[in-house]
Amino acid sequence: MWLWFAKLGSPRWFYELSDKWLPWLYLSMLIMMSIGLFWALLIVPEDYQQGQTIRIMYIHVPVASISLACFPLMAVAGTITLVWKMKLADMVAQSVAPIGAWFTGLALATGAIWGDQIWGTWWAWDARLTSLLIQFFLFIGVIALRSAIDSTDAAAKACAVLAIVGAINVPIIKYSVDWWNTLHQPASNFSMDPVSPNPPEVWVPLLVMICAVYIFFAIALILRTRNEILQRERRSQWVIDLVAREKNV
Amino acid sequence: MNNAREIQDIKGVSTWSAFCATLRRDLVIALKRRNDLLNPIMFFLIVVSLFPLGISPDPVELSRVSAGVVWVSALLASMLSLDNLYRADYEDGSLEQLLLSPQPLYFLVLAKNIAHWLISGLPVVILSPLLAYMLYLPSEAYWTMVLTLLIGTPVLSLFGSIGVALTVGLGSRGLILAVIVLPLATPVLIIGAKAVTDVMVGLPVGSHFALLGAILALALTMAPLASAAALRISVN
Repeated sequence: MWLWFAKLGSPRWFYELSDKWLPWLYLSMLIMMSIGLFWALLIVPEDYQQGQTIRIMYIHVPVASISLACFPLMAVAGTITLVWKMKLADMVAQSVAPIGAWFTGLALATGAIWGDQIWGTWWAWDARLTSLLIQFFLFIGVIALRSAIDSTDAAAKACAVLAIVGAINVPIIKYSVDWWNTLHQPASNFSMDPVSPNPPEVWVPLLVMICAVYIFFAIALILRTRNEILQRERRSQWVIDLVAREKNV
Repeated sequence: MNNAREIQDIKGVSTWSAFCATLRRDLVIALKRRNDLLNPIMFFLIVVSLFPLGISPDPVELSRVSAGVVWVSALLASMLSLDNLYRADYEDGSLEQLLLSPQPLYFLVLAKNIAHWLISGLPVVILSPLLAYMLYLPSEAYWTMVLTLLIGTPVLSLFGSIGVALTVGLGSRGLILAVIVLPLATPVLIIGAKAVTDVMVGLPVGSHFALLGAILALALTMAPLASAAALRISVN
């Protein structure tokens, strides 16, 4: 079991394995994204209140759900870095920070467009918007700290500590902001009942879109991590061999 | 033989006396540098007096924003004084001695954080009623404001200490420290300012105090651990 664990930490092993995963991920993302987008944008009926703007949901909800998952992911990777000193975990932590910041920014942007249509305003100091904005600042802090420290090893540990502290803080921020001011609707429940306010014909395409965007996130994360592996391992023999082989082809 | 005896002597220092010695040392150093002691308080006074200039001298408008102004200024004043927390010790090497000492670093960091609060947080708490008066805060909200600041400012010192510990070895710290620490401080700011504005409109504030107390308890137990870990990373 520990052998497997040690293997998982080897950047080379991850690089070679992800080489085999990527085509499948591309293929499944392509299929799910096209089904999801076609279904969500053309087939799903108009909402009786929100009309066509309900279709923004099919981008906004998946993006927002990933932006919430990024900070815990970074904290877990940081814990692995601190406890087991696994190089790969820090490469993932470093790669997830800018992606998380982007997804958080995207969730805020799509939310603003939707909000302009439904609430009549681009921005409101509402609980979820504010806590997402603060989370965006936390991501920026982690990225800034990483770029300020020269030594890769020290930066890895420092960012891990900050990610863990931030991850403990995210729920506190969420709750304090929640009772400070709430305009955003609570999360809806999925229901199989066709006459419920949230019937399957609305949420099944949403589920497809969530899966598609999650796969997209996985691809982005793997590609960034692979770049980071090549960058950090550029002096090791297997990377030199790999580059030589690419050049010959 | 003699050497072993000395090591025994150092180990013989109890954690409690090491805690007290660190606390006393930081306080003595702060009292000897009057300027460093006065600057955060002056900063607090100046920032607060900028708000009426920027918003309006109107009593009604000022009293509405007074709670938030005092809280944000206290947060910024705490931020400004943070840099002194470990930097001088880092530069003259005494921080390394602290890390090498056999006593648990948690308590030594806690002592330094308490010293920082006594130097920069407590004066702000004591001065706050004067500024609240100048900003036309209704008199029934004075006690709530002082008490929320009394519970909230130690949290700012404890959270801030993590940020300073992470950045103590860096050449340019000023802005990165703010970028790291300010988002972490938002829950305290929200709850503290909300408690004061709630009391102004006659709402009960018990739950706010409970939440602030919970955050303080969490910060007291966890933040020095994170600071200690961060110091060990930075000083290497």
